Amino acid sequence: MADLIAKTPLTGLLPFATSDLTCSELEFASITSVAPFRGQEEVVSEALKAQIGANFPKPGRTTGRAHARVVWSGRGQALVLGAAVEPIKGAAITDQTDAWACVALDGPGARDVLARLVPLDLRDGVFARGHAARTLIGHMHAVLMRTGPDRYGIMVFRSMARTLAHELKSAMEAVAARG
Amino acid sequence: MRLPCPICGERDRREFYYKGAAEAADRPAPEADEAVWDEFLHLRDNPAGVTRDLWYHEAGCCSWIVVTRNTITHEVLDAALVEDQP
Repeated sequence: MADLIAKTPLTGLLPFATSDLTCSELEFASITSVAPFRGQEEVVSEALKAQIGANFPKPGRTTGRAHARVVWSGRGQALVLGAAVEPIKGAAITDQTDAWACVALDGPGARDVLARLVPLDLRDGVFARGHAARTLIGHMHAVLMRTGPDRYGIMVFRSMARTLAHELKSAMEAVAARG
Repeated sequence: MRLPCPICGERDRREFYYKGAAEAADRPAPEADEAVWDEFLHLRDNPAGVTRDLWYHEAGCCSWIVVTRNTITHEVLDAALVEDQP
C-alpha cells in the first residue's frame, strides 16, 4: 500500500503572526468525546480522573492542563484533548482526532481579536482562565476556551479550517492596524 | 437581545433559533379530541405583553428552552429548560 502523508487540518494556513499576536495550529495526539450515560456522571468523572488526571468538567469549564485537557463541549459531553482514553464503563466514547481544527491564539490583545468574531462577554470576570464555551466564531460553531491570561484555544469542525484561518487573520490584521 | 440560557448563562440572540409559542411543547395525547389537536396544530394567541416561547440554543449547549418575555417592553423575564417544565 502507498505510504500516505498525513496533513493536519491547517497545513499551509497557519502559523500567522502580527507584531503582538501569534495564531498557530494545536496538534493533539488524540481527541476523544466522552458522554456519560444518565446517572453515570460521577462514576465517569472518577474513571477519567484515574486515567488522565482530570475530572469531567462542569458546563462552561475545562479541567486538566495542556496535553491532557478536558473541555466541556455541550450538555453531557466533553472532549479529551491530547491524552488517549481507554473505554470507560457508563460512557459513550468516540474518537474524534481528525474531526477538529484546533488553534491557539496567543499574545496581548488576543481578546480584542476574538471580540470581533465571538458574541460573548470575554472580560476577565466573566470568561476567566479555565472557562470554556460552545459559541460562534463568525458564522461557525466553535469550542472556545481560555487557557491563559492572553491565550485562547479555538476548535471548529475540520471542514471549516480554511475559513477559521481567514477570519482570524483578518481580525488580527485589523487589530494590529489600530496600533 | 440577550437570552439567559439556564446552562450557559446570558448569551447573544445570534446563538439561538426561534421556534414559536411554548404550547408546541405540550403535545396532546394521541387519542385526544380532534378539536384539541386542531388547536395544538393551528391556533395560537398573539398577545401584546408577556409571552412564552420556545428557543433552541443552537450554537451553544443545544438545549430547548422556554423564554418568558414581554413583547411590549422587550424585557426578558425568565428562561427554563423545556425538560424541567411540569
